[in-house]
Amino acid sequence: MIRPEHLLHPTPNGLYCPPGDFYVDPVRPVGRALVTHGHSDHARSGHSHVLATRQTLDIMAIRYGDDFCDSAQAAEFGETIHRNGVSVCFHPAGHVLGSAQIEIEYQGTRIVVSGDYKRGADPTCAAFEPVSCDVFITEATFGLPVFHHPDPQVEILKLITSLNQFPERSHLVGAYALGKAQRVISLIRRSGYDKPIYIHGALTKLCDYYRNEGIDLGDLRPATAEDTKSGAFKGAVVVGPPSAFNDRWARRFEDPLSIFASGWMMVRQRAKQRGVELPLVISDHCDWPELISTITDIAPQQVWVTHGREEALVRWCELAGIKARPLHLVGYEDEGD
Amino acid sequence: MKAFAALLDRLVLTPSRNGKLKLLQDYFRATPDPDRGYALAALTDNLEIGSVKPALLKELVLERMDEVLFRYSYDYVGDLAETISLVWEPPTDAKPAEGADLQLSSIIERLQRLGRNETRGVIRTLLDTLGPSERFALIKLITGGMRIGVSARLAKQALANFGEKDIGDIEGLWHGLAPPYRQLFDWLEDRTEKPVLATPAIFHSVMLSTPIEDRDLEVLDPSDFAAEWKWDGIRVQLSCSDGRNRLYSRSGDDISGAFPDIVEAARFDGVIDGELLVGGTSRSNAPVRTFSDLQQRLNRKTVTARMMEEYPVFIRAYDILFEGSQDVRDEVLPARRERLGKLVEAQEATRFDLSPLVPFSSWEELERLRSSPPDPVIEGVMLKRHDSVYQAGRAKGPWFKWKRDPMNADAVLMYAQRGHGKRSSYYSDFTFGVWTAVPGEGDILVPVGKAYFGFTDQELEVLDRFVRNNTVDRFGPVRALRAEAEHGFVVEVAFEGIARSNRHKSGVAMRFPRIARLRQDKLPKDADRLETLVAMIA
Repeated sequence: MIRPEHLLHPTPNGLYCPPGDFYVDPVRPVGRALVTHGHSDHARSGHSHVLATRQTLDIMAIRYGDDFCDSAQAAEFGETIHRNGVSVCFHPAGHVLGSAQIEIEYQGTRIVVSGDYKRGADPTCAAFEPVSCDVFITEATFGLPVFHHPDPQVEILKLITSLNQFPERSHLVGAYALGKAQRVISLIRRSGYDKPIYIHGALTKLCDYYRNEGIDLGDLRPATAEDTKSGAFKGAVVVGPPSAFNDRWARRFEDPLSIFASGWMMVRQRAKQRGVELPLVISDHCDWPELISTITDIAPQQVWVTHGREEALVRWCELAGIKARPLHLVGYEDEGD
Repeated sequence: MKAFAALLDRLVLTPSRNGKLKLLQDYFRATPDPDRGYALAALTDNLEIGSVKPALLKELVLERMDEVLFRYSYDYVGDLAETISLVWEPPTDAKPAEGADLQLSSIIERLQRLGRNETRGVIRTLLDTLGPSERFALIKLITGGMRIGVSARLAKQALANFGEKDIGDIEGLWHGLAPPYRQLFDWLEDRTEKPVLATPAIFHSVMLSTPIEDRDLEVLDPSDFAAEWKWDGIRVQLSCSDGRNRLYSRSGDDISGAFPDIVEAARFDGVIDGELLVGGTSRSNAPVRTFSDLQQRLNRKTVTARMMEEYPVFIRAYDILFEGSQDVRDEVLPARRERLGKLVEAQEATRFDLSPLVPFSSWEELERLRSSPPDPVIEGVMLKRHDSVYQAGRAKGPWFKWKRDPMNADAVLMYAQRGHGKRSSYYSDFTFGVWTAVPGEGDILVPVGKAYFGFTDQELEVLDRFVRNNTVDRFGPVRALRAEAEHGFVVEVAFEGIARSNRHKSGVAMRFPRIARLRQDKLPKDADRLETLVAMIA
């Protein structure tokens, strides 16, 4: 049996597998990269060869152009791919469309890199599947006992209530362009809201892609400056990346009501700092109970924690008698959700 | 409890007054008695429940949770009430059924009759039964002090809007009613007549003035008006009936607790209007002291004997609303002043005096008096029509205030922050500074105040563009701006007064500062110096 740290270990470029000579989610251009999902801190351009799910490859092409790497290979969920005697298999992670955990096995040692993942229901992507392993590498974005994400469908009702309560105000929903935006739109649709939803230009291509993949987002329209004159934004839902709402772009909306869909919105002070009037606690990451129950379900011999609030999760593992350590990887966004 | 918790969550994050009013009105409309009455009491700090110490809550959490994990959580969240509400994990068998909700009133009534030895058990069970948002509301209730930006005045306005009633009527009733205010809501919803109060020592809405504007005086006849000095204290109403005396602020907050010296000194039945000041009355021949001395006594629930001795307060009486139980508000000003003069004469000389009239025959003469008032604590003059009755609210015509011109200084913008609501995409909150010499460092800018209004929308565009193009550093939401002798943005700041302050690095604090003009014609090196501001301190 090979020691796990010889099979996979952190380097400045990212997690490296010496026997297979590949990296997982490298943060700098490398020869061979395995990519868990399309968020820009995990999926970067400039690698020679990329192995990822078809949907992740499509998303990378949308974001970086068709020449984001020299050659790409699509991985099917559940299909084992061999490389220098190392077997690699992708499993759904439930984070965003195309997101995967990567199972790496060599000489009887099995490591699962979860990437970013969540356990809660999400109609816009395949659900997380627990895979038994010796070492489970987990994120810890919301790795503190304070994070208990509520039912997202109930959170969305807060938006619907506010639309009725403030029918004259534009409701600006900040949501990250890949995954969260489409999930929020899909949740709004599931609540029965069928009016047009206006979207920021940065969302157009990704929303089109989600629709092509069979996810119903209803009537989406670009939020153009001309609509300001016609009064179309009055009482309307507008979805865009959070950064846009703090920028001059947002001036086209009269009396906007600032909303942010994020796991961080669990903490009032966070909402207040950003000037958010209506926080929606909707996250594409695990909350604390989900992290704990996932580790308990998988029951690995070791847990390695990649990014987020590592210390609390490592502490919990210690108390539960599970060997755990932080990997201190650099380059992943703490703020990402 | 869910509706109340949701209301708190929204109020905390809603910056606009109209938004808050709407949230409150909708809550009063949708919530039955007695829940809404208790909520009203909680929001206006009128709820009597025994308080629970934060330390006890922490002990309850640590019964179930690892101390290290709790510490990580608290460090991250920063607020104890919120940390506990978020980390609390009910035992799996104690989780309430989906959609189950405890009534706010039943929780409050339970807390009100809490025995000394049951506190732990009851609080623990409540925390187990509630969801995170309601747990936060509960902790706020039991630890006292909501601090969510709802003043008593705002709550009353929401009640007035909700019941389509006059806010003056609500203020009149306010201090005579108790939670859960069933009578009040019955009347607001037109099921009963307006409640009649047993205790007349209540607050009556005060009469306010409008500022003299540019050309107002041209059309007014000086012989129609009496003038009085406008004193720089706080406007109060002292309401006394059968030995039950109450002191109210202009907005109707009961501030008796902070000023027992004046409340106990009153020996009359009736309601008078005046300025609360620190120092000596004209009758005791001692000087009036400044607003910063009065500030030592403000915003306290109780007061020590030493404070009362060092900062004695008195009332300079302006007007009378009731003499005994007789409503004299419909009498004209000279008749009311005659009554007031007699009443004041019978009171303790060190605690009460009558605001004197300022004789004048032309506006020019009054302008000369206004520009060089006989006392530094005067902030302008009041003009009152001889034929004016005492009328609640701020009608234009009967009473005017003609303030001393504001002070001005040229300062340099140093930091900027985004505004709220409509202004959330603009940098509209500014910290500005003036020059001071620091040994070894030469001249540096030191912050002297903050302002977020005074400019026009067009000027805001200019300021916002400057901020975006001249940011040199960021601290969370705050941007540090380029501010050097030869490069930066100078603004003319207007303010109502300036005092020494230990809380500010510069050692001075401005009252009511605002940006009066953009001085793009000036360079930062032309801005004022700290010494100039210090010299303005009265």
